Amino acid sequence: MSQITSEIKDEVTILFAGDSGDGIQLTGGQFTDTAALVGNDISTFPNFPAEIRAPQGTVAGVSGFQLHFGSIELFTPGDQADVLVVMNAAALKSNLASLKKGGIVIANIDGFDKKNLRLAKYEEGLTPLTDGTLDGYKVHEVDVTKITRETLKESGLGTKIVDRSKNMFVLGFLYWMYNRSLDNTIKFIETKFAKKPELINSNISVLKAGYHYGDTAEAIASRFEVKPANIKPGTYRNIMGNEATAIGLISASQKTGLELFCGTYPITPASDILHFLSKYKNFGVKTFQAEDEIAGICSAIGASFGGKLGITTSSGPGIALKGEAIGLAGMFELPLVVINVQRGGPSTGLPTKTEQADLFQAMYGRNGESPVPVIAAQSPKDCFDAAYEACRIAIEHMTPVFLLTDGYIANGSEPWEVMKSEDLKNISVNFAEPREPQDPAFLPYKRDDKLVRPWAIPGTKGLAHRIGGLEKDFETGNVSYDPENHEKMVKVRQAKVDEIANYIPKQKIDTGAESGDVLLLSWGSTYGAVKTATTKLIDEGFSVSHAHVRYLNPLPKNLGELIKKFDQVVMPEMNNGQFIKIIREKFLVDAKGLNKIKGLPFATGEIVDKVKEVLA
Amino acid sequence: MAEVKAKKITAKDYASDQDVKWCPGCGDYSILKQVQSVCAELELNNDETVFISGIGCSSRFPYYMETYGMHSIHGRGPAFVTGLKTVRPDLNVWMITGDGDSLSIGGNHFIHLLRRNVDVNVLMFNNQIYGLTKGQYSPTSEKGKITKSTPFGSIDHPFNPLALAKGADATFIARTLDRDPKHMRPVLLEASKHKGTSLVEIYQNCNIFNDGAFFTFTEKDSKPDNTIFVEHGAPLLFGKEKQKAIILDGFTPKVVNLEDVDESELWIHDKYDKVKASILVRFFDDPREDGCLPRPFGIFYQEERPIYEAGVQAQVDKHVEAKGEPDLNTLLEGPNTWTIK
Repeated sequence: MSQITSEIKDEVTILFAGDSGDGIQLTGGQFTDTAALVGNDISTFPNFPAEIRAPQGTVAGVSGFQLHFGSIELFTPGDQADVLVVMNAAALKSNLASLKKGGIVIANIDGFDKKNLRLAKYEEGLTPLTDGTLDGYKVHEVDVTKITRETLKESGLGTKIVDRSKNMFVLGFLYWMYNRSLDNTIKFIETKFAKKPELINSNISVLKAGYHYGDTAEAIASRFEVKPANIKPGTYRNIMGNEATAIGLISASQKTGLELFCGTYPITPASDILHFLSKYKNFGVKTFQAEDEIAGICSAIGASFGGKLGITTSSGPGIALKGEAIGLAGMFELPLVVINVQRGGPSTGLPTKTEQADLFQAMYGRNGESPVPVIAAQSPKDCFDAAYEACRIAIEHMTPVFLLTDGYIANGSEPWEVMKSEDLKNISVNFAEPREPQDPAFLPYKRDDKLVRPWAIPGTKGLAHRIGGLEKDFETGNVSYDPENHEKMVKVRQAKVDEIANYIPKQKIDTGAESGDVLLLSWGSTYGAVKTATTKLIDEGFSVSHAHVRYLNPLPKNLGELIKKFDQVVMPEMNNGQFIKIIREKFLVDAKGLNKIKGLPFATGEIVDKVKEVLA
Repeated sequence: MAEVKAKKITAKDYASDQDVKWCPGCGDYSILKQVQSVCAELELNNDETVFISGIGCSSRFPYYMETYGMHSIHGRGPAFVTGLKTVRPDLNVWMITGDGDSLSIGGNHFIHLLRRNVDVNVLMFNNQIYGLTKGQYSPTSEKGKITKSTPFGSIDHPFNPLALAKGADATFIARTLDRDPKHMRPVLLEASKHKGTSLVEIYQNCNIFNDGAFFTFTEKDSKPDNTIFVEHGAPLLFGKEKQKAIILDGFTPKVVNLEDVDESELWIHDKYDKVKASILVRFFDDPREDGCLPRPFGIFYQEERPIYEAGVQAQVDKHVEAKGEPDLNTLLEGPNTWTIK
């Protein structure tokens, strides 16, 4: 046996790709958990096809899972992969561009037979494994199917079931490559198949076969080691964005004692929030899968009227349907959280791909003057804080609040230092007090110094009142067609939202100096890529800083001041330029846009290049 | 407190301080009066009662009730009601809607409310016209209806609201008339007592845009031969002298002279009979045609079925029992953690 060397790496990106039935997401998820347990920093990005089970072997059916892990702090799932694992020809075809030059390809050769090559639309008689396509890459061909079948030939299991454990072979092999223990995955298999013991043995055998293959096959001359990251001491868990959103909502419900009601309708990529919430009924969570998007939000407003925490979740097309009801919630001045897990648009657009093109929809997508506070999450774990904060603003300021996340962070995951309930900010709930007949008349629209009206819930003595979508009198809330009153109400609803700026943190510079040549100004899920790019640029000696805006409406009070300390402002957005228009209009600054509208997140390099171009 | 209790509760206690702004002569006035009177009879607590409406003339109703109220969006009343009742089953909730609100823009929500069986009283004011938008035909307008939007007559076949409700498995189905307050009152009382979604269709005269749409069923001359007032346990009789009866020939209802049939052949109304209710809601002949069946009024059907909000609460309770009181820290921690030292 030749000598196998061990190479130490700071960071590695592995891209798993195969048919959507190949167990790619599970394989990636297991490697992620194991990497996290070893203490690596991680960041992941699953990439699903829009079709549930597109025809096997075709490019349309390829499912991907990108995992970035390292001994250094990471903020993105990686620009390009170091290792590409492909279960078939179609997976290679659709993902080769994402592999670094000189990277490693691990190919399941069974997926490169005549049929698979034809389905992947490779030219007749040519296979990318030998036709030069992979020149310059390190290719490891493994007959995964054959070895898996060989391993399980005594098991008595049918071929179909045997073939389903192919992904365990690949996982075992990668564990060998990166010097990882199998323990976590063995534990996982034992739990997952607790009711089917025959599958426990078979999956573990195949996992081990993959590991031993590395030792014996002399396929690879070098193993890699990624040391634990220098992460702040503490207890961590891995968390996906949509899960973090759900837990943030439940936390707000628990902290306030307000029952959580989620009225919603299934839509990609937001449905997982409903799935998570519906599991936690013992937290008093009530989920309502309505007959449509409109009923989803209207039921949530009904729950808020009843004195509970009303939430609705959706994505762009669903939000379009909810517009009228969001306007009504603004008129009612009741708390409501509207979550938009953005996807590629317009119309049905790219359901499984990411984009941040619904900012204008959130800001302006309603009839009449209808201001709504808007906040955005910046990473998977940050969905927790953003969801919690959205609830805080909704409840304390009696207003519908938009929370924008997107498919990239909703499905992506990263380690999260576990929060303690005690550490969560308090949210104050102020229900209007009961009133006796001799007390002064109740004025449902009389405002406090924050311009917030009382939350008078049905069942409260002496507070019976009517609310509606018709314009209301400034204090009594009765229907009013008075011209002066209407203008006054429009202004006060705007002032109420503007007032929130006094109750949010000031804008900070995330990375870099307080002034300089270029400010990278970003929002939402571009955070990781922009931060990484900024760090690189600073290391290269450029005068660049990064500010990331969570509060999009109202904007932090000091944002204009902060921007003006830089000669140039560059704004990367996964849209055709939306936040930039707001910034230009608000602060009269000649900001430059960097726009990517490909349904894919930014690569760090794209941002680095843009800044260099601006500075050239 | 004793003094307050001693004071007799009257319909006026349910009237808000707002001026009622329906057109003079509108059938809505009669319904408002009956509802306020029924509230008084039931001694409903103003602070625990909620009226929710959509959009349309009828949907201004909540503004006139001294209770909690919500004037929502066109057709979406059922969704607001469902959300509210799911989190506040303690409240007494009424939904006010119209034929346009419930059967056009809100048709989808309407059927889903009925199938879910949320405990709410739905009063559907059917005037077979769009009043608030000033006179376009509605989904219950008769075919050939001449209106502003159909100068050459409407083409579409009208909805039969109660057959639709039956199809959606509503658990309480009734019909009454604005011009017959004596009939309306007991129907409303029964509807409010029913556990589940009670649907009461109320024929309501729009004296501005569709005056007399139901005169066949409300005026002295035509009413006896064109209407049949069903009562649980009583035979289906109608006519000036109750001289006519409905019998079933197989599944086909037939009009006969009472004296021509044996008592055993009579159709005795049983509001719990699902099959007969399905036939009864189909008495929907155009009264302009000869030999048509009379239009029924009263409680067509009633069924006990678990209500939606109780089912939701039961799941919550069951999970609290199975998993114990919620612990936020356990949730925050999740199933798998690791510690960095």
